[in-house]
Amino acid sequence: MLTKVLIANRGEIALRILRACREMGIATVAVYSDADARTPAVALADEAVHIGPPLSRKSYLNTERILEAAKETAVDAVHPGYGFLSENAAFARACEKAGLTFIGPSPEAIAMAGDKSTARKTLAELGVPVIPGSKGVVSSAEEAVAAAEAVGYPVIVKASGGGGGRGMRIARNAAELASVFSVASAEAGAAFGNAAVYLEKYIQRPRHIEIQILADAHGHVIHLGERECSIQQRYQKLIEESPSPLVDADLRDRMGRTAVRVARAIGYVNAGTMEFLVDADRNYYFMEVNARVQVEHPVTEMVTGVDIVAEQIRIASGQALSIRQEDVRLTGWSLECRINAADPDQDFMPSPGEVDTLILPGGPWVRVDTALVPGCFVPPFYDSLVAKLVVWAPDRPAAIRRMARALSEFRIDGIAVTIPFHQRVVEDPEFRRGDYDTHFLKRFLQSGS
Amino acid sequence: MGETTHRITSPVMGTFYRAASPDDPPFVEEGQKVDASEVVCLIESMKVFTELRAGHAGTVKRILVENEEAVMKNQDLIEIEIG
Repeated sequence: MLTKVLIANRGEIALRILRACREMGIATVAVYSDADARTPAVALADEAVHIGPPLSRKSYLNTERILEAAKETAVDAVHPGYGFLSENAAFARACEKAGLTFIGPSPEAIAMAGDKSTARKTLAELGVPVIPGSKGVVSSAEEAVAAAEAVGYPVIVKASGGGGGRGMRIARNAAELASVFSVASAEAGAAFGNAAVYLEKYIQRPRHIEIQILADAHGHVIHLGERECSIQQRYQKLIEESPSPLVDADLRDRMGRTAVRVARAIGYVNAGTMEFLVDADRNYYFMEVNARVQVEHPVTEMVTGVDIVAEQIRIASGQALSIRQEDVRLTGWSLECRINAADPDQDFMPSPGEVDTLILPGGPWVRVDTALVPGCFVPPFYDSLVAKLVVWAPDRPAAIRRMARALSEFRIDGIAVTIPFHQRVVEDPEFRRGDYDTHFLKRFLQSGS
Repeated sequence: MGETTHRITSPVMGTFYRAASPDDPPFVEEGQKVDASEVVCLIESMKVFTELRAGHAGTVKRILVENEEAVMKNQDLIEIEIG
């Protein structure tokens, strides 16, 4: 077993990793920038090393300095958390070279997960379902129609060179496609200087559902069921739950098997997440691999009883998984609200600053992962996530009631936070029905709720 | 000449950047003519980047903050001489 771990992160996830280490009897080293000298992880860690000025580039992304700190403190492993260096193959390799265990997948697996289009293509060839589309660029309306016949309508025409919605058009039949093809192509040419377009099946009412996997170095790969992450804005998740209101036992089993197959195909070892897009007919399509522990991992922990961070450390120590697939049970329901330092009344404008009064919710089956303390300063240099409020209950309606109750107790004064926004969302009838998709928040915000 | 000065202020506490990235040239230099719609600097707060525009056509009179310096909400950043 590893004996001393350097935590190359900050905020709530640094604390989360520290807690797992302490429960496992592993010594910890925290690293911190000038902005984080007085944070709980620094106070609680066995040792703490200052690694530089506030800007991430000069501290939490400074590979050299972090490796130096690891050497100075003689740790045997580095846990990267999420964000920062967690999915940086070069950093994972540098750790290996320095004789340190990187608590995460191999540099090769990280690199493969990072090259999203190649990963999707490779996995499609192995029979993993991906969103069907034209094989490549379509160069005429006739070619587009032929490709659309093969994948089925509706289809979406997308710019090969771009993103952000420009050069994108939806067509529901051949006549529509013929007319949108030239518009999309012209728009793509004007926006990106490249008129090339391709075509994909258009997923109506898409849901973002992901599968948590655990893989050890002995060839055991299991999944811990799904997380529903469709409540998102500009691709930022705000509420997650497990299980998903859409997923039944059969779909869970099929998606889980696919996720395990993806992990095996890329030689993935450690904890990871396979992201899927799921349509209203429960067809699912592989999107990408997240090669790290995720922000929303607690909802899976709450329904499975598996400590994902502890499993990561065990796996990295060379031990076998502590649980077999047939012993994984999803019990009850868990929800997580991400509390961000952002002003929901001002288009989620960031709101760094000093926290005045802080009252954390409590009571049965309420978990708060946060590094906030009364009087602390939330710096403008990092992500706006300041707390994760997680609840568990025997069923979804009870979990929603518990979340509403916990949100009503939660008080963070001095900075704007997303608590009032979450309070409105959990009261929304569509959310309560569980019949939502990734467009939910856009509709919700437009309706002025 | 009777010009007036327009002060560009930061909408949020964050970090002031004079260029789009460390490898890019600065958006503007002192003495440079600018259009009202021209981007003159970036403010990063909590990984969200906000482009600030000149707001008035004129000349960049003074840049009051160093690149990568921490700035407060409503802090003066750049002076534009209108006209």
